[in-house]
Amino acid sequence: MTNMLRSRWWSWGFRSAVMLYFVLLIVFPILGIYGQSLSDGWNAFVHNLTEPIAWKAVMLTVKLALIATAVNVLIGTMAAWVLIRYRFPGRSFLNSLVDLPFALPTAVVGLMILLLLGPRSWVGQGAEQLGFTILFHEPAIVVAMVFVTFPFVIRAIQPLLEELDPSEEEASYTLGASKAKTFFRVILPSMVPGIVSGAMLVFSRSLAEFGAVVLVAGNIPAKTLVASVYIFGEIESDNPAGAAAVSVLLLTFSFVILWIVNYMQTRRTNG
Amino acid sequence: MHVEVRGLNKKFGEFQAVTDVHFTIEKGQLIGLLGPSGGGKTSILRMLAGLEQPDSGDILFHGQRVNDLPPQERGIGFVFQNYALFKHMTVAENIAFGLQVKKWPKAKIKARVDELVELTGLAGFEKRYPHQLSGGQRQRVAFARALAPEPQLLLLDEPFAAIDAKIRHELRSWLREMIDRLGITSIFVTHDQDEAIEVADEIMIINKGRLEQKGTPWEIYKDPKTPFVASFIGESTVIENIASLRGFEDVSAWPGTRALIRPEYIEVGFKEDFTQLLSATEKGRVSHVHFRGSEWLVEVEVGENKLVTYRSLEKDVLREGDEVLVLVHRAYLFNDNDSWVMENKLKAGPIAFEI
Repeated sequence: MTNMLRSRWWSWGFRSAVMLYFVLLIVFPILGIYGQSLSDGWNAFVHNLTEPIAWKAVMLTVKLALIATAVNVLIGTMAAWVLIRYRFPGRSFLNSLVDLPFALPTAVVGLMILLLLGPRSWVGQGAEQLGFTILFHEPAIVVAMVFVTFPFVIRAIQPLLEELDPSEEEASYTLGASKAKTFFRVILPSMVPGIVSGAMLVFSRSLAEFGAVVLVAGNIPAKTLVASVYIFGEIESDNPAGAAAVSVLLLTFSFVILWIVNYMQTRRTNG
Repeated sequence: MHVEVRGLNKKFGEFQAVTDVHFTIEKGQLIGLLGPSGGGKTSILRMLAGLEQPDSGDILFHGQRVNDLPPQERGIGFVFQNYALFKHMTVAENIAFGLQVKKWPKAKIKARVDELVELTGLAGFEKRYPHQLSGGQRQRVAFARALAPEPQLLLLDEPFAAIDAKIRHELRSWLREMIDRLGITSIFVTHDQDEAIEVADEIMIINKGRLEQKGTPWEIYKDPKTPFVASFIGESTVIENIASLRGFEDVSAWPGTRALIRPEYIEVGFKEDFTQLLSATEKGRVSHVHFRGSEWLVEVEVGENKLVTYRSLEKDVLREGDEVLVLVHRAYLFNDNDSWVMENKLKAGPIAFEI
């Protein structure tokens, strides 16, 4: 009896410790931001958000994050397909390289893009001749976002593709379906949950990206100033309420997306 | 569909999976490909389906060579070992898939799906997903899906392997009935001899990529053409020195000949059990007795030979160490060149009636 009691107390204590950790590290700071954003009242909050530079920064971030998501869905799906379906020398090396963007400091990523796509590099010069500039313009921001979020879609699709039973494809062939039809009706539907949850993560991470973007965006207000850099600027110019207002918007976005991803995943496992 | 296979060969890397296989299957028959795992049965089935390309040899459907036709154009239905149902589609969508691909009109698809759902006893399950079904139900869906586009040849790869023993029995007879009713030529792969014997019109025994024998289950049991078939079908014991057994002394004329003896070829008992055939019996000692549920399995030592036989539960119970009389009715003899069945000569000959 005492043993049971003791172990029950122990497990209760353990759970409480984890809850406390969770509350201290995640819930409190988030509540703090919501509180800070509303510290000067609702009107000040709305005013902070309707400030043209603020909402233009948010709109720009959302727009570019959507483009980055589209790019990564396409390229990530193809990359996952190639890495799982084809056997070629260097495959496992490439597969391990996929995670590199997670491991690199984002400032290093920004520097790489700066050097690679700058006006003195041949890519930059080529773009110049075609009539547009990459660096310090929107394309550079998209490139930074795409690079940093590259692993998400691939890593979300890979396990689904590995799980896919090759005889499902063969069954489709024996039922008369062509290769293309088999891909779109049998293979793609089983990849969709991975594509969606990968895309959601890409989108929310792109919204949040700072380190890589700040170096390559140029940060011209209302033109290439993204939300995270705007927040940084507001803090620097001693306007925490303005920073908090935009933060709250980004946070809410992220929450909604996380919730959707979670919902999709539980639906996948439960049926 | 009339199926003919000539000189089929298939290698996977260095591994010779199928070697020089020939056979012909008449329309409407149910054929069992039987053999040990890894013997090449599934490879043959997959080549018939077009999922695998033979290295050499021809496959003919209705006398037409189909080697170069992809699986989509062969007019076959394939039931996979793990069913390979489309997980993101409901039962009805799975069954309708092959019809949608063939661009049947919607009303016709619906009618066909309803018909198959009825036929396979899946009514009420149309809207379920594969993971909401039991193994037996999944098997029926796979069967219905394969049948939907009205194939002329149905290929089944270990159709019952993943199903509980009890339901397997029901499904077997259900499948047999279904195929009889539809009159569709069918080939199924199995490693379970009971299954093949129970279900198939004809059995093809495949071992190490070769077709050992083709025939009805009874022919194969009664007259095995190779030592492998004799040992694979039914139970049996190999006797090295058969000439030492009474009634088989003549075998010493063929040196190097060994014998396979099935339990049902042997009788054990006491003097009063063998009134007429007493002279053909041999003295033996019971070395082990095992209860088998419906009969006894008795191991007897006769001289240096160990024989195995069954004994009815109705007869006196034997104990280890009992001295008994053993009668070997016949033996399946084989050596490097030849194999044949030999009856106990004392049993048939006039001497048997001496006493």
